Amino acid sequence: MKAIITVTGKDRIGVIGKVCTYLAEHNINILDISQTVVGEEYLNMAMIVDLTASNAGFDGVAEGLEHLGKQMDYVIRMQHEAIFSSMHRI
Amino acid sequence: MISHVSHHEVFETNRMIDKFNLDVRTITMGIDLLSCADADLERFTTKVYDKITQKAQRLVQTGEDISRQFGIPIVNKRISVTPIALAAAGCEASTYVPVAEAMDRAAKEVGVNFIGGFSALVHKGQTASDTVLVDSIPLALSQTERVCASVNVATSRNGINMDAVVKMGHIIKEMAELTQHQSSIACAKFVVFCNAVEDNPFMAGAFHGIGERDCVINVGVSGPGVVKKALEEVRGCDFETLCETVKRTAFKITRVGQLVAQEASARLDIPFGIIDLSLAPTPERGDSVAEILMEMGLEYPGAPGTTAAVALLNDNVKKGGIMASSYVGGLSGAFIPVSEDRGMIEAVQAGALTLEKLEAMTCVCSVGLDMIAIPGDTPPESISGIIADEMAIGMINHKTTAVRLIPVVGKEVNDTVEFGGLLGFAPVMDVNVFSCKDFVGRGGRIPAPVHSFKN
Repeated sequence: MKAIITVTGKDRIGVIGKVCTYLAEHNINILDISQTVVGEEYLNMAMIVDLTASNAGFDGVAEGLEHLGKQMDYVIRMQHEAIFSSMHRI
Repeated sequence: MISHVSHHEVFETNRMIDKFNLDVRTITMGIDLLSCADADLERFTTKVYDKITQKAQRLVQTGEDISRQFGIPIVNKRISVTPIALAAAGCEASTYVPVAEAMDRAAKEVGVNFIGGFSALVHKGQTASDTVLVDSIPLALSQTERVCASVNVATSRNGINMDAVVKMGHIIKEMAELTQHQSSIACAKFVVFCNAVEDNPFMAGAFHGIGERDCVINVGVSGPGVVKKALEEVRGCDFETLCETVKRTAFKITRVGQLVAQEASARLDIPFGIIDLSLAPTPERGDSVAEILMEMGLEYPGAPGTTAAVALLNDNVKKGGIMASSYVGGLSGAFIPVSEDRGMIEAVQAGALTLEKLEAMTCVCSVGLDMIAIPGDTPPESISGIIADEMAIGMINHKTTAVRLIPVVGKEVNDTVEFGGLLGFAPVMDVNVFSCKDFVGRGGRIPAPVHSFKN
């Protein structure tokens, strides 16, 4: 199953690294990453991940990421991809 | 990105949710209760309780799971049932209050915040069961917390049952008095309809129609804040741009509702019924239909031009929504309640919005006079007169209209009433003091209107 992870907060070195490490530890494959830095300091990152090979379960991973975000003063959220594709595509 | 969606679209969706109050307002499970029919009232209420708690056992948990996994708030989980006047018709009983109590207990057991369907359809006449139901409404609504009631008193096909309209004036007064120490709150759980729809997921008027299957999932989406924000981007542009923007936004909002409805239906293994795409405001700032009208260029709702603004809003919300889902139903459009919309409250307080202008707006909005506090000493026949006016608008124009008035005991014009929670607070509005007693008191029915010679 595909999901989209968004990471938002003040841009700092190493944040994406930590998220990627967390995903690797849970056997979650990253399919794509894109990011923008707004006003040279505010990071908006979105990644598409595939949870098919992971045993951690959607809710567990989502909670883990949220917790990781709080530690770094970031908002990290994982959502089913369908909410985005159904809103923006016919 | 490899996905179907772009980076920009991902953040646009989340901004709508985080900043502009996009949410799914309600997942409402419709449950048929005709199968509970029994001659014994006690056995009937037991069957009602058992069926509701069994069918809706996983409703709240499923709603919360979907909300978490898709990242979209699902504010309410609710239940609508077959009009009790029909389901209980076989009971030998002089009151249906015990049925309302069983519905209330069932609602609390499964964790839904409202259950609708303590209802009767009397647009042409009343059966003995309808009479028992209507007579039970004041006590039922004052003794329960989560039960909502409605009575359909008119249709375009049948005309207006004026005997029922007169009765409504009296029961509204009665329930106001029974709950006078709680701001006459029972009246906020009661709606009088013309052309009531059978698949409406929104309270207080939801019931599970007799043309429906055993159990169904209906979803109500909202998002006035999202529409308002989108209109900020086209400030000063012409009407084509304005309408197009409303339509596109309604499309996006409805798609989210469609997704949630399909997901809930699959997870609960209950067929999907309809999406109701209604701009349903809440007392939160930024979640207001009035603010949309102001963004369109009105100083306050109630100013000249307001009816045109509501008309284009309502129509384009429908157009966008119909493209987004094959099964649009319910009320679908723009709600214009007063107490639940901060901008409407401020318009009343500023002296811009009157009951008469609200009545004009209901000719083109999706429902009717909704959540309006009026002075506690308003005579029952004046309430009936207001209901008759609103029913006439629905009957002639082939639309659903409704009245939810709260004559707040002990309050006068310009006082403020606090209802709490989603129901918000309301300024008490002025009611025309001239009498209609001899008109509404004539008795009988207003015949069905002619459906040709439209002008």
